[in-house]
Amino acid sequence: MWNYFKLIATGSWSLCVGMWIVLLHAFRRPVTVQYPYESVKLPARYRGHIELKRDAATGQPKCIACMACQRACPSGCIDLDGIKPEGSTRKVLTRYKLNFTTCSLCGLCVESCAFDALQFSKDYNLASVRKEDYQMDLLTPQEKKP
Amino acid sequence: MTINNEFILEIVRLVLYAVGLIAFAAFNAAYLSLLERKIPSWFQLRYGPKEVGWWGLLQPVADGLKLLTKQLLVQRGADVVLFKLAPVMVVIPAIMCLATIPFSETIVARNLNLGLLVIFSFSAIHVIGTMLGGWASYNKYASIAAARVVAQNIAYEIPLLLVMVALVMVTHSFNLHTIVDQQAGGFWHWNVLRLSASPLMPVAFIIYFICMLAESNRAPFDMVEAESELIAGAFTEYSGMGFGLFFIAEYANIVVGCALGTILFLGGWHCPFNLLPGLHWFLIKMYFLCFTVIWVRWSFPRTQFYGLLNLSWKVLIPVALAHLMITAIMLKLV
Repeated sequence: MWNYFKLIATGSWSLCVGMWIVLLHAFRRPVTVQYPYESVKLPARYRGHIELKRDAATGQPKCIACMACQRACPSGCIDLDGIKPEGSTRKVLTRYKLNFTTCSLCGLCVESCAFDALQFSKDYNLASVRKEDYQMDLLTPQEKKP
Repeated sequence: MTINNEFILEIVRLVLYAVGLIAFAAFNAAYLSLLERKIPSWFQLRYGPKEVGWWGLLQPVADGLKLLTKQLLVQRGADVVLFKLAPVMVVIPAIMCLATIPFSETIVARNLNLGLLVIFSFSAIHVIGTMLGGWASYNKYASIAAARVVAQNIAYEIPLLLVMVALVMVTHSFNLHTIVDQQAGGFWHWNVLRLSASPLMPVAFIIYFICMLAESNRAPFDMVEAESELIAGAFTEYSGMGFGLFFIAEYANIVVGCALGTILFLGGWHCPFNLLPGLHWFLIKMYFLCFTVIWVRWSFPRTQFYGLLNLSWKVLIPVALAHLMITAIMLKLV
């Protein structure tokens, strides 16, 4: 008999506590990010598709077309080429194509780069119905799609 | 000639009240459904609907338009007559209950001497409507829900009526207007604090509230709908406005239950501090109870079915019986 009343009392009390906690939450600020109008700040180690780092002074890619990233890529989605201009000691990039449809964002290309010329972008608003949109030309960055 | 005039006035009055009450029920169904989405959004640190109109105020209109454009499907094997009758049988009693509810000193469609009894008679009909809807659907989930709604409503009808019997013993009246008038003059005169009649009066109010939740099939007692177990329970096969009518009925039942709770226990249109009695106090109390209904829904998970029946048969009915007996003894002694 005693247990019966104890059960009712503890049960009722726990219901009150639950309702009180729920009510307190009503006065907190919403945590929702209104996505199309605003977006979260991406963490520093976010992995988007890769992009070429450029020299701050000249604006030219730091890449010297050593092909290490192309060799490191397990999916074979990087295709690049470079020429050595007359009188220069290093190669200059002429083509850097990324087939993003097969890229798994493993990051081996970034790791393999000995010249600090590759980085992950923070571009995550990618949506398209055409496969061609993901054949990216990193040398001449495409216009951002709306 | 004067008789004729009065007759016409009476007809006009009736039509006005009928239109007014249907509009009131529909308006409440629309905007309680908005609150049903707004209030939990505050609890869950979200924004809720905010795109359609300012503060999402046009969301019910958009929802209504969406429901109206949907086709009413009747699936093969369903009992067509009962299937189409069920939503009507659910929604009409809910609106009829509003006819006897006094909103203020003067605003009442029909001031019946047996108003309380009328409300309980009509509010029992929606159970039959829901059951028929589930049974006529020819769907196993709907059939399970139909069986559940009967068991649940029988279980919760009993403590509800026991509490009401005790209350009527105290007030000596079935007339809702009289019951409210007895509670005039400050919140310490309200029935919920009428400890001289029975020290269990506040408990009786809580029992009433729990039973009201169960009777209107609201969470945590929404065994009839039980989305996660029974798809949409008795309403699984309903589409478009057939479903919309069940929806209106659910909110109309909540409004009736909250209005009745306000009248019976919280002093109706009387101010807690004996100032400015009127419609606004009634609406404030009623919508506070409606808020509590939504608050409870988003605080607690759905009970299991045996938990639901255990609560009624093992806790609510014994306590309501004890309340009834204490009330009887104290009536005899005082």
